[in-house]
Amino acid sequence: MTEHTVKSYEEELALLDKKIAQMGGLAEQLLGKSLEALERRDPSLAEEVVLSDRMIDNLEREIEEQVISMVARRQPMADDLRHIMGALRITTDLERIGDLAKNIAKRSLAIADESHPKPLMSGIRHMVELALSQLKEVLDAYAERDADKALAVWRHDAQIDAMYNSLFRELLTYMMEDPRNIGISTHLLFGAKNIERVGDHTTNIAETVHFLVRGFNIADDRPKDDQTSSTLISSS
Amino acid sequence: MNEQSRPFEMSIGDSGQVASDTSTGASKVTSRNVCVFYGDKQALFDVNLDIPDRSVMSLIGPSGCGKSTFLRSLNRMNDTIPGCRVTGEIKVDGRDIHDPELDVVELRGRVGMVFQKPNPFPKSIFDNIAYGPRIHGLARSKSHLEEIVITSLEKAGLLGEVKDRIHEPGTGLSGGQQQRLCIARAIAVNPELILMDEPCSALDPIATAKIEELIDELKKNYCIIIVTHSMQQAARVSQRTAFFHLGILVEEGPTAEIFTNPKDKRTQDYITGRFG
Repeated sequence: MTEHTVKSYEEELALLDKKIAQMGGLAEQLLGKSLEALERRDPSLAEEVVLSDRMIDNLEREIEEQVISMVARRQPMADDLRHIMGALRITTDLERIGDLAKNIAKRSLAIADESHPKPLMSGIRHMVELALSQLKEVLDAYAERDADKALAVWRHDAQIDAMYNSLFRELLTYMMEDPRNIGISTHLLFGAKNIERVGDHTTNIAETVHFLVRGFNIADDRPKDDQTSSTLISSS
Repeated sequence: MNEQSRPFEMSIGDSGQVASDTSTGASKVTSRNVCVFYGDKQALFDVNLDIPDRSVMSLIGPSGCGKSTFLRSLNRMNDTIPGCRVTGEIKVDGRDIHDPELDVVELRGRVGMVFQKPNPFPKSIFDNIAYGPRIHGLARSKSHLEEIVITSLEKAGLLGEVKDRIHEPGTGLSGGQQQRLCIARAIAVNPELILMDEPCSALDPIATAKIEELIDELKKNYCIIIVTHSMQQAARVSQRTAFFHLGILVEEGPTAEIFTNPKDKRTQDYITGRFG
């Protein structure tokens, strides 16, 4: 890409990318750590997650301020406009991902003393792993301005939804087996829901990256597979 | 020459995705293979452009790209430049403006023009506007002429500010008022087409806003073509935008699309400030 005649404009755009990359890295870290806190029932790790979420929040504010100032001073056009508005949208999604990870870590504190059902925990681990690889891919797609990669991430989200569906059913069954499981199951259920939401924010980012690169929105409907809103398992 | 000298090959109006087009669809002006030469130097290469009626078309591009040359060929103002030659076909309302039977004076009556620097005649405000209708014999009587002057001032959004000093010199007005006086003068002869060559570049932001508001109002009845160096102005006032570079019409389309997602890299580089 040809450089801008005004050098400081070029530097501001690069700084924006650097901050998004930093924020994305933090969000990945946070999600990984929240899973670890849940698995290892490690309250200090959970505290750490809560603290580093603040860094994400600060970065979001910085990016927002930079975007507003760039729009006011540079009046961006075409790909610059899409770049700057894209960064603003992505930062919001990354901030939400940070919040969701923090929420998982908080739940790990609440259920630290309960016994964790193994198969359910491995289900959660799989979801997190998939969500993490999706997040990594979409951040790469942003850094490389790769619309096809973003599109692949977007299509892939159905897998997370499918895993969430099956975990949802398993947790309901587990609760029905013994009412004493309801406490931990509910926390795990919210945890799984959070991961599913992380997947949704990741697909939002994928859509933004696609628009940023190609200048138009993804045309087809995303395969949506979260059926839990209409799922009921009755005990009879 | 390099690859940029190849003729314009994009079909026009094929990308109406986000068009906020208020035009009726009929072209007011059509140009086909228009080339302009100043002596041996070719300034425009095969320009094909359709301009819809009752809308604003902005022409953008770096200095010397041919946008003003194109604008000036629409009312045959290039005829007055020695050694200037225009080939190709330009039609206004389906009529060839190079038709030997056509009266150039009459053509210029149909095509009004507003320039970069306000250029009122050293006459009263009234006479500035009455000049055109007088020489074209448009007024039936003295009271009809007065009516034309008043309506023109009103359409140009100037009446309220000058109604008490209509017989004072037009040169005594502020820059922005002078420019609106020139617009009033242009519309007094009932043109179909208004050409504006950087009409706001000598005005402050408030006077500019008033002209832009006026353009917005005028486009309900006229076809307006504006040359501007302010990309923001083009984005604000026009429905369609054409980008010229080195005498070539590089890209033309709905304004919203040109400024958010241009197809050609040259357009992209120009509007984002990347031209080296």
